[in-house]
Amino acid sequence: MVGGGEGGGRVGLLENANPLIYERSGERPVTAGEEDEQVPDSIDAREIFDIHHCWELADEELNVVEQVRIQVSDPESTVAVAFTPTIPHCSMATLIGLSIKVKLLRSLPQRFKMDVHITPGTHASEHAVNKQLADKERVAAALENTHLLEVVNQCLSARS
Amino acid sequence: MYSPCYKWIAIQCSVSSLTSCDHGKKVMDGEKDPRNLLVAFRIVHDLISKDYSLGPFVEELFEVTSCYFPIDFTPPPNDPYGIQRDDLILSLRAVLASTPRFAEFLLPLLIEKVDSEILSAKLDSLQTLNACCSVYGQKELKDFLPSLWASIRREVFQTASERVEAEGLAALHSLTACLSCSVLRADAEDLLDSFLSNILQDCRHHLCEPDMKLVWPSAKLLQAAAGASARACEHITSTVLPLLLEQFHKHSQSNQRRTILEMILGFLKLQQKWSYEDKDERPLTRFKDQLCSLVFMALTDPSTQLQLVGIRTLTVLGSQPDLLSSGDLELAVGHLYRLSFLEEDSESCRVAALEASGTLTTLYPGAFSSHLLPKLAKELHKGKSDVAREDGLMKCSRHFCCLQALSAISTHPSIVRETLPLLLQRLCQANKGNVVTESSEVIAICQSLQQVAEKCQQDPESYWYFHETAIPCLFGLAVQASMPEKESSVLRKVLLEDEVLAALASVIGTATTHLSPELAAQSVTCIVPLFLDGNTSFLPENSFPSRFQPFQDGSSAQRRLVALLTAFVCSLPRNVEIPQLNQLMRELLEQSCCHSCPFASTAAAKCFAGLLNKQPPGQQLDEFLQLAVDTVETGLASGSSRNQAFVLLLWVTKALVLRYHPLSACLTTRLMGLLSDPELGPAAADGFSLLMSDCTDVLTRAGHADVRIMFRQRFFTDNVPALVQGFHAAPQDVKPNYLKGLSHVLNRLPKPVLLPELPTLLSLLLEALSCHDSVVQLSTLSCLQPLLLESPQIMSLHIDTLVTKFLTLSSSHSMAVRIAALQCMHALTRLPAPVLLPYKSQVIRALAKPLDDKKRLVRKEAVSARGEWFLLGSPGS
Repeated sequence: MVGGGEGGGRVGLLENANPLIYERSGERPVTAGEEDEQVPDSIDAREIFDIHHCWELADEELNVVEQVRIQVSDPESTVAVAFTPTIPHCSMATLIGLSIKVKLLRSLPQRFKMDVHITPGTHASEHAVNKQLADKERVAAALENTHLLEVVNQCLSARS
Repeated sequence: MYSPCYKWIAIQCSVSSLTSCDHGKKVMDGEKDPRNLLVAFRIVHDLISKDYSLGPFVEELFEVTSCYFPIDFTPPPNDPYGIQRDDLILSLRAVLASTPRFAEFLLPLLIEKVDSEILSAKLDSLQTLNACCSVYGQKELKDFLPSLWASIRREVFQTASERVEAEGLAALHSLTACLSCSVLRADAEDLLDSFLSNILQDCRHHLCEPDMKLVWPSAKLLQAAAGASARACEHITSTVLPLLLEQFHKHSQSNQRRTILEMILGFLKLQQKWSYEDKDERPLTRFKDQLCSLVFMALTDPSTQLQLVGIRTLTVLGSQPDLLSSGDLELAVGHLYRLSFLEEDSESCRVAALEASGTLTTLYPGAFSSHLLPKLAKELHKGKSDVAREDGLMKCSRHFCCLQALSAISTHPSIVRETLPLLLQRLCQANKGNVVTESSEVIAICQSLQQVAEKCQQDPESYWYFHETAIPCLFGLAVQASMPEKESSVLRKVLLEDEVLAALASVIGTATTHLSPELAAQSVTCIVPLFLDGNTSFLPENSFPSRFQPFQDGSSAQRRLVALLTAFVCSLPRNVEIPQLNQLMRELLEQSCCHSCPFASTAAAKCFAGLLNKQPPGQQLDEFLQLAVDTVETGLASGSSRNQAFVLLLWVTKALVLRYHPLSACLTTRLMGLLSDPELGPAAADGFSLLMSDCTDVLTRAGHADVRIMFRQRFFTDNVPALVQGFHAAPQDVKPNYLKGLSHVLNRLPKPVLLPELPTLLSLLLEALSCHDSVVQLSTLSCLQPLLLESPQIMSLHIDTLVTKFLTLSSSHSMAVRIAALQCMHALTRLPAPVLLPYKSQVIRALAKPLDDKKRLVRKEAVSARGEWFLLGSPGS
């Protein structure tokens, strides 16, 4: 299902040799409420954003995942992440989407319904990619594929 | 060993002849041994620095050395000579950057390497360029400036590495500095202006780009160049400031304005590096009015972020000598006054405004004294008349803001002389019962007083003024409140509450620690007789209905004031002689065992311990110690005052542990014995926390106590074996006390000291994981976590216990324990994969639960731990 799967995630990003670099946002400050044992903190967009922040710094600097493009509702257990490939013909779009999806599956409670899609109008084959990402069976099959899992895991390994 | 040829070269070169240099170069060609290279580089450096005439050999000499640039060397494992990559890099750089004669060959090489793809080559080249600038002049740089600028610009605009960016900026700074300082021949043109114009041309349009993507890199480049010399600063500021001022008005969104103002702030800060003799020469004078109106606009913007930058800019503008007019200052003070009373949701702005007021007061005490103080004084007194009208919460918070503003501006001696009387007056009114007073209000006044005292610590004269004014007043108020009266007013009771007395004590301590021994001695002769003899003559109002006798069967109200005496005498410098010391120590001991008021007896025990710690060794110290031990033993043996005797034992032990007194071992053993005491056991376990922690009121380094730096390590080495032994020997029901005591000791120890000791404690730590006390759990987890990272082999043996216990604790009721347990789960992934894989699916299933924890901080740890467990044994990880 993934086109141009050769090499790691970063190879794909190099297709665009001169991307715009954005200023990094700081660590989320810890509030008094977060330190209070009693107060529940609901899952919000920044938290979803930080989940991705830790695995691929480049994603944030390249604004592939942006906090404003994350919709989350803790009470309704839904999350929607729109990601923006660096260029409209990025052949790694499916792989990036898959990595985001896998990271969400591993990091969010099971009750959540996840939707990962391309920011409308930012990729040539937007619909095809979105369709693949929404297909549970395809995602599951993709993760059975050792080669593909390897590439996804490479993306998700924390940078040291 | 070193090749003999190099020794030979060294000798040859020292006798200096052209032929030997030539020979040296020939030998050096193709050398690969790092030891020889180091010698060779040193020789070439000597050749150049001793100014041998190199004549036609310059290029050849450059070539034989520069072929090693950039150094790419990884020391072999177990290298007996210990030559590091950096040694080679630095010695080669010393050669390359040693002479301007290399410039025409070196600069093209550096540009080529900066343009390469290799990160280390970029860094090395930029650093070498930086080093060259200290010996080069305009002549050497002239032909290469456009390419150098192009390379640096590209690196700063596009790099993903902060180090490359920083080195690029540093190189640009040095280049500009070099161009600014070069001595020119009469007919040469000055390259600085054209170089800066180039930079401006390439950067200025980015400053105006509405989407602001290259705004920051451009600003950083311009600031790096502007920071190099006064001329560069003038050149760049005079172009950039009008541009940025215009941009500020063009953009209406707060966040864009904030970015622009932050850039302006950066350029303003650079101005402070240069001093201008003549006022009219200063480049900022022209823009002063525009800058002021822009800052005031920012200060009234609804965006907190923009306000914050506005406040910082105002501080920097104010720090420029003679820039602001008195009218500007009045306006600025007005804004700061308004910002000092901001609502709770813009707390950061209020704090920043207070800080700015403090900084600016040191420069313009007059403006603050005439425009701010009267307003604050009025606000402070409002509390009296407006109680009924305003809604309680509102008034309350305005009142606290006012107190904080008063202490914030007490940064200048002349202001302290106005603010201190205001605050003390306010406290006296509270005591007289004119105002409805809550303990929280008195505490707030005390906190303000304490901040004022802290600010006075730099200036001995102000500090003595504070001490001399505030101390008699505070003692006077307290003594008066402790007098028996017919109508016992509620307000007087407020002053005697535990928290209020602690706040008063803290002011007294802060106002005493920095006294010179002479002045302290003067003060101590008033205060000790007040407590021992009831001598009230030094107090401002000293006609009291009855005597003040806190030690001789005075009322419990009077006894409580010993806390204030403690704060005073325990803050004195060590060499100040305390009058009637013998009598004082005996009274303190007696009161420490009095069981009617725990507050007073604890204060007395602390005071005794504080004095004991500072007492020089000798007969008198031994006598005091004997008395203390007797009192403790008598107390522990009796039924009624066991708790007080225990508290005394604890404080005396602490006083001795801190100064490594030999008797401390004996007292610690006594304390350890109490761990199995059915009544005092839990308190004794918590006592270990007190022994190991830093106190804030007595026995502090700031209060001149004798605190040895390694006391925790020493306590650990001396006592942990006994604690472990005690644990194994103790009956089941008191075992947790030993574990808790041990936890406190381990917890406070620096991790590097603890780590090598932990394997011997491992079995105990594993047992402690099952203890139900969350203090023990937390401390155990924080000990195990680094151990998992450092000694995975040992820990692998206990994998089953560790996984089970960590997973159980990850659903503890305490958030801190859950976090620590999940961090340990994360650290577990450092163990060898074959050990972990059998547990992988179990752990991943179990960690799904904390992903839905109600606390975000717990979820964060669960996410990273679970992510790592997923990667275990998986392809690509």
